[in-house]
Amino acid sequence: MKKKKKKDDSSKNVAKERLQFILVQDRINLSPSEMESLKKDLLQVMKKYVDVDDREIDMEINREDQMMAMVANFPLRRKEQ
Amino acid sequence: MAGKALVITSGKGGVGKTTTVANIGTALAMMDHRVCLIDADIGLRNLDVVMGLENRIVYDIVDVVEDNCRLEQALIRDKRHKNLFLLPAAQTRDKTAVQPEQMKTLVNELKEDMDYVIIDSPAGIEQGFKNAIAGADFALIVTTPEVSAVRDADRIIGLLEAEGIKDPEVIINRINPEMVSRGDMMSIEDIIEILAVKLKGIVPEDQIIVVSSNRGEPVVLKDNPKAGTAFKNIARRISGQEVNFISLEDKSFFTKLKKIFSFS
Ligand SMILES: Nc1ncnc2c1ncn2[C@@H]1O[C@H](COP(=O)(O)OP(=O)(O)OP(=O)(O)O)[C@@H](O)[C@H]1O
Ligand SMILES: [Mg+2]
Repeated sequence: MKKKKKKDDSSKNVAKERLQFILVQDRINLSPSEMESLKKDLLQVMKKYVDVDDREIDMEINREDQMMAMVANFPLRRKEQ
Repeated sequence: MAGKALVITSGKGGVGKTTTVANIGTALAMMDHRVCLIDADIGLRNLDVVMGLENRIVYDIVDVVEDNCRLEQALIRDKRHKNLFLLPAAQTRDKTAVQPEQMKTLVNELKEDMDYVIIDSPAGIEQGFKNAIAGADFALIVTTPEVSAVRDADRIIGLLEAEGIKDPEVIINRINPEMVSRGDMMSIEDIIEILAVKLKGIVPEDQIIVVSSNRGEPVVLKDNPKAGTAFKNIARRISGQEVNFISLEDKSFFTKLKKIFSFS
């Protein structure tokens, strides 16, 4: 799992985050609401097996060589002893 | 031996395609290559003005396609370099006056006689874009470090791949190192990471570009340390030379970039 990024609200970072979000929609033709429900559905499945922190889910579509890849990041909650 | 055809394209308008074509074309000619520039922006002819050749136009690309003249008659020889030519766009016609197949034939004919054929694409993804890429072997995509420009560049990368033009590379224009170091402009790393294509060059924001287009003299003609050096480096990379980038991982990248742009 990726480390949680610390919040950076420089305008460059806002630009980068907006761009990543826009490109998800452009690249796979998914609207923001479809994206939300995909996230929810994935979360339901994950939760059947592991304890996911649902406030911190992060999804991107990346271009890798000749392929697109969807990369989802589901941070896990640490098990209470 | 046949030369290579290279299209300079972008998606978003006004990001610096025509400036890039004029400068890398001139820089390649200064390196003794035989170069022909094609203005494929039919109806919005510009490249002739940026090159300072607007008074020499007799025929244009549509005249060639419609057989009003031979290809050689429409080529304008550059004022400064005898191995540099321009095939101007028509100003009073629209994009539909040329078909992709005709463009391909024309580019192939030019490649016989040239080392490089460089095509200036219009903005957009319509017929003008399709014409511009029809005869191209490679594509360079120009973008600025702005959300909308990078978004459109991404769209163009997808379209180029669908048209069989593999591995386009990107030129990031109008980078302002101060703004990047303040956190107010996306960096080269950010853009390359998002687009996942190879970087061909970085051109800084530079007022000399405006001066040079006022005069119709590309910046590479003189010793212009910022934009001039940047365009010359791109031309050298196109011709196969290794010209180092400053390491993109380096934290002090922009401090170095500033130094290089102000002292080289
Ligand atoms: N690095 C730069 N620094 C400063 N000004 C620049 C730079 N690059 C381009 N410009 C300016 O931006 C404007 C647009 O450039 P240019 O005409 O090359 O863009 P274009 O992509 O060809 O536009 P179009 O889509 O309309 O064909 C011009 O006025 C040019 O002088
Ligand atoms: Mg232009």
